Amino acid sequence: MWKFIHKFASPKYFYNISGKILPPLGWITVALFAVGLVGALFLSPPDYQQGESVRIIYIHVPAAMLSMSCYVAMAVSAAIGLIWRIKLADIVAWAIAPIGMTMTIIALITGSLWGKPMWGTYWVWDARLTSELILLFLYLGFIALQTAIEDTRTAARASAILALVGLVNIPIIKYSVNWWNTLHQPATISKMGKPSIDASMLWPLLVMIAAYMCYFAWLTLKRARCEVIYRERNSSWVKKMVGEAS
Amino acid sequence: MTPRRKRMIAVGVLLTGMAITAVLLISAFRQNLLYFYTPTQIANGEAAIDKGIRIGGLVKDGSLQRTEGTLDISFLVTDRVNEIPVKYSGILPDLFREGQGIVARGKMDENGVFVAEEVLAKHDENYMPPEAQDALDAAKTME
Repeated sequence: MWKFIHKFASPKYFYNISGKILPPLGWITVALFAVGLVGALFLSPPDYQQGESVRIIYIHVPAAMLSMSCYVAMAVSAAIGLIWRIKLADIVAWAIAPIGMTMTIIALITGSLWGKPMWGTYWVWDARLTSELILLFLYLGFIALQTAIEDTRTAARASAILALVGLVNIPIIKYSVNWWNTLHQPATISKMGKPSIDASMLWPLLVMIAAYMCYFAWLTLKRARCEVIYRERNSSWVKKMVGEAS
Repeated sequence: MTPRRKRMIAVGVLLTGMAITAVLLISAFRQNLLYFYTPTQIANGEAAIDKGIRIGGLVKDGSLQRTEGTLDISFLVTDRVNEIPVKYSGILPDLFREGQGIVARGKMDENGVFVAEEVLAKHDENYMPPEAQDALDAAKTME
């Protein structure tokens, strides 16, 4: 078990294996987006109350879910880098940050566009919206800290602590709609008991969530792969590989 | 103790500390984090009546009254236990209708009527096609 982890954590092994995973993962992502978008924009019915505006949820819900799970993945990865001093874990945390930030921005913007016709306002300072905005600032802080410190190992250590401190915000976002009266509606899919979304709308949403997840995995691997080779530019295996190519 | 073990404990202490801080902060600001009050909370005197507040609940069926030729409307907001009369003049969101959840911002006047400056619709977590709603309505009239 430990042997396997150490093998996977070696930059060279990661570079090789990610090169094999990336192409099929990319095609799976494209296929899922194609099916999901056709289902979301054409096949699924309009909502009984919201009409065609309901289609925003197929973009909004997966982005909002990913904005939170990206953060958890980033913080866990940063913690592994902090405790076990695994360079690859630092790189993965670095790779996830801008992706999670983009997901947060997508969730905030699409939510706001949905809010205007449905609620009657673009923005309210309720617990859900405010905590999601704080998440955006946490991502920004993480990225800013990484950029501000020249030495990559110091940067990784400092930003890992910030990521761990910010982790407390994740359950607050998730349960804000249950703990307080908010304008934002409670969760639909993860609700216990009878699902409160019609099957004709549920399947495109689930496909879109899967598509977002694959896209996230693909982007993370791609970014981490590029960064690995950059940070290892002075090591013998990279020099050898570049030498063979040129 | 190995340095790795020390770092593990430090991370554990950091996370526990943050969790405790968050729980304390959240319970201290519990009231301030409420976006709106329900009619029952207002009936129990939980809201500061003289200040601007938000109330939330359902628009009671059959309570909606419009004044011809103006934007003035009045309705009852209910949480199925207590209800509060609301007066409003202005543009309403698309989702506003009887039976719909709303959040209104404004002040209580001396007669116990809530004078709203802004009315927002609160969407619930249910999503279904129009035909499904028609079927539900039909089932309701059959009863």
